[in-house]
Amino acid sequence: MTSESSKGISRRGLFGAAGAAVATGVAGYVVHSAVSGEESQAADNTGPVEFHGTHQAGIVTPAQDRLHFATFDVTATKREAVIALLKEWTAAAALMTAGRDIGQYGAVNGPGEAPPEDTGEAVGLPPARLTITIGFGPSFFVNAQGNDRFGIKAKRPAALVDLPHFIGDDLDPARSGGDIAVQACSDDPQVAVHAIRNLARIGFGTVAVRYSQLGFGRTSSTSRAQSTPRNLFGFKDGTANLKLEDTDKLEQQLWVQPEDGPDWMVGGSYLVSRRIRMTIEIWDRTSLGEQEQIIGRGKGTGAPLGKADEFDAVDFNAKASDGSLKVPANSHVRLAHPQFNKGAELLRRGYNFVDGSDGLGRLDAGLFFLAYQRDPRKQFVPIQQQLARADKLNEYIRHVGSGIFACPGGVTPGSYWGEKLFT
Amino acid sequence: MFTITARRATAACAVLLLGASTGCAKETPAAQSGDSTGPVAVKATDSECSLSRKDVKSGTNTFSVANGGSKVTEFYVYADGDRVMGEVENIGPGLKRDLIVELPTGKYQAVCKPGMVGDGIRGDLTVTGAAAAQVDEDTALKQAVDSYSRYVNSQAIALEQKTTDFVAAVKAGDVAKSKALFPVSRTYWERIEPVAESFGDLDPKIDARVNDVEPGTEWTGYHRIEQALWEKNTTAGMAKYADQLLTDVKTVVAKAKVVKLTPLQLANGAKELLDEVATGKVTGEEDRYSHTDLWDFQANVEGSQAAIQALRPALQKRDAALVTTLDTNFKAVFAALDKYRTADGFKPYTASEAEKKQLGTVVDALAEPVSKVAGVIAKK
Repeated sequence: MTSESSKGISRRGLFGAAGAAVATGVAGYVVHSAVSGEESQAADNTGPVEFHGTHQAGIVTPAQDRLHFATFDVTATKREAVIALLKEWTAAAALMTAGRDIGQYGAVNGPGEAPPEDTGEAVGLPPARLTITIGFGPSFFVNAQGNDRFGIKAKRPAALVDLPHFIGDDLDPARSGGDIAVQACSDDPQVAVHAIRNLARIGFGTVAVRYSQLGFGRTSSTSRAQSTPRNLFGFKDGTANLKLEDTDKLEQQLWVQPEDGPDWMVGGSYLVSRRIRMTIEIWDRTSLGEQEQIIGRGKGTGAPLGKADEFDAVDFNAKASDGSLKVPANSHVRLAHPQFNKGAELLRRGYNFVDGSDGLGRLDAGLFFLAYQRDPRKQFVPIQQQLARADKLNEYIRHVGSGIFACPGGVTPGSYWGEKLFT
Repeated sequence: MFTITARRATAACAVLLLGASTGCAKETPAAQSGDSTGPVAVKATDSECSLSRKDVKSGTNTFSVANGGSKVTEFYVYADGDRVMGEVENIGPGLKRDLIVELPTGKYQAVCKPGMVGDGIRGDLTVTGAAAAQVDEDTALKQAVDSYSRYVNSQAIALEQKTTDFVAAVKAGDVAKSKALFPVSRTYWERIEPVAESFGDLDPKIDARVNDVEPGTEWTGYHRIEQALWEKNTTAGMAKYADQLLTDVKTVVAKAKVVKLTPLQLANGAKELLDEVATGKVTGEEDRYSHTDLWDFQANVEGSQAAIQALRPALQKRDAALVTTLDTNFKAVFAALDKYRTADGFKPYTASEAEKKQLGTVVDALAEPVSKVAGVIAKK
C-alpha cells in the first residue's frame, strides 16, 4: 500500500509545504489538481466545501470533526411529493454548505408574523466545511410489502443488498434502516446539527426522521494531510484507510463505474452505517498487552505489532520468540486487512459517539461506523462476515444499528439529489 | 489472620461467620468419636455436615462423604478465603464418595453444600504435624495453578454428569425435569467458561445465542433447547440437539481436564468471568427464554472467585490491601444475589432497570479490582 511507503510524521510537513511534494510521498500516483484544493480546505477548518461536483461532497472530503447523521422514512405516497422534497432539500443544502441561511429571508429578515425560514442557530458561524451527503435505502425502492412505492423499483441497484445477519448482530430496528439517509459533517457541531434540523423541518409531511446520531471526533482520516485520530478504545483508527489521494484506488474501490450500473449511480458510492456500541468499562479493565493483541497495533504509536512506525507495512508472518504470530490470527488488523479480504477495502468515515449513559450507568458510547464503497457485496459484507466470525474485538463491541444506502453521484448546478433516479 | 469471611447467607441460616457459627449449631460439624487415624467419615444430610473428627494429621487425608440427605451434595475443604484444597462434587442421595487431599498444617473449613448452592454448612478442621515449609513466591504460584486445575477438573466432571442428566431428560420428553436441570448443568459450564472458550469453536456450538449464528449455520446447544422448553414448552425435535450438546460437552470436558494454565491465565479468566456477568447476565440476555440468568450469574462469580482464591497466597504477599478489597467486593456481589434466592435456586430474572443497575454496580465494583490482579501477579 502506498500509505505504508512513507512516514506519517514527515507526510504532514511534506503535504503542507506544497501539493506537488505529495508525489514523493505517494509515488506512482498522479496528483489531481483537486487534491491540492481539498488540501487547502483541510488546512482551513472554517471555509466552505463545494457542494456541486462529479461526486457528492462528504465522501473523500477530508473528514470533518463532527457528524449529525439522520435517516428518514418517507411518509408521502406520491412520487411527485418525493421529487419536490428532493429539490427543496438540494437547494437548502447548497445554501447551508455555502454558509448561508436557507429560504428567501433566512433566519432574521423575514416578516415578524411568520416563523423564520431558517432556524437561526448557525447565524454568525462560518461554513465550517459543512458537507451534506444523501443516500437511498432499499426500502426507498420497495417497501416491506414489496410495493413499488415511487415507480423506481426497477432502478434499485443489485449492489444495494439487504445486509445479511452477521454473527452477534443485536440490531435495534429503531436505530436501523431508513428510506433516505443524510450525513451532515462539519468542523462545528452546531453547523452540522443546523443542517439536519432544517432538512427535517422542510421534510415534515413528506418524510419523518427515523433516527439520528451525533458524532464527535472523526475516527478515520480520509486524506494524508490529516493525522490519524483515535477511537474510544484509545487506538489510532483508520491508518490504512482509503484516502482521497489514492485516485486510482478510489476508482477501483469507492466510486461506482459505468460498467457497474445502474446509470444513475455512476460516480456514486454505497454507504454502510453501523452503530457499534463499545463496552467501554470492560475494555478499560483489559490489560495493555491484551488490547494490543486484539487490535494488532501498538497503542502508543499505532504501529503494527513488531514494527516501529504507524505506517509501516504489517508483517503478518512475523513470529515472536515463542513461535506465536506477532499479529495474532484473530486480531482486528489482520482480519480487516485487504490481504485477507481478496483486496477489498473501504473508505471509512466513522465518528466516536457518547450518547450519555445507559440504564446501568455505563457509557452509551462507541463508534458510528460509516463506510463508502463501490460494491457492498464484495466489500463490506464479506469483510464483516469474517470479522463477525473471528475478530477478538467482538468481545468488546456490539453492532446495535445498521443501514445501507445508495449515494448517487454528485449534483450539478440546476439539478437535484437523485434526479437521474426519477427521470 | 484466619478470618473466614462468609460469602453469603445460606437458605437455612443467616450469614455464617466462623466466629458466630455456634449460632447455627445444628449446621456446625460436630466432632464425633472415632479412630484418630484412617479416613474421616463425613455424614452429609440436607441440614448437617458432621465429621468423625476435626483434627487430622498433616499429609494425605481421606474424607469418606456419605450423603444421607435428599439433595445432591458437595464436600469441600477450604483454606483461608475459601481457597479450595480439595472437593468432591455431585454426591447423589444415598451415595458415598471419597475425597483424598494433601493438607499441610493449618486451619481449614470442612463444608457440605446440599443442593450444591449457597454458602454451605461449615465447620472447622485443624491440621497438625510438622510445620509447613515457608513457600517462596514461585511455589505459591505453582500451587495456585495446581489448586485451580483441581477446581477445573472437578467442575468439568460435574458438567459432564449434569449435562448427561439434562440430555436424558430432554430425550425422555420430560419438560419439567429438563427445565429444572437446565440451569444446574449450566452452572458448571459457567464456572469454567473461560477455559471452555479457549477451545475454539466448541463454545459457539454449546452456548451460542440465536443472534450469534450466521445464516446457513445451524443453531445448536443449550440455548436452542432452552428456546424449545420455555417458548414452546416442548422437547419435540430437540433429541438431536441434546445428543450434539452432550458430544460437544464431552469434548470440552476431556480438554479441560488436561489443560495447562498459567497464573496470568487464572487472573485473566477471573476477569473474563466478570465481563460475562457485566455484559450478558446483568442485562438478562444470556437466558432470554428461561430467565435463569442468575444461576449463570452466580456461577460466573463463583468461578471468578475460585481463580482468585487459588492465587490468594501469592496475592497476599504482594498486595494485601487488594485481597481485602476483593474479599469485601465478592461478598457484596453474593449479598446482592441473595435477594433473588429461592430454596433451591433463583427467582426468574425479570428485574427492573433499577434492580439491574444495583447488580451492575456491585459487579463493576468487583470487576475493577479483579482486573488489577493480573498486573500484581505479573510483577516480579
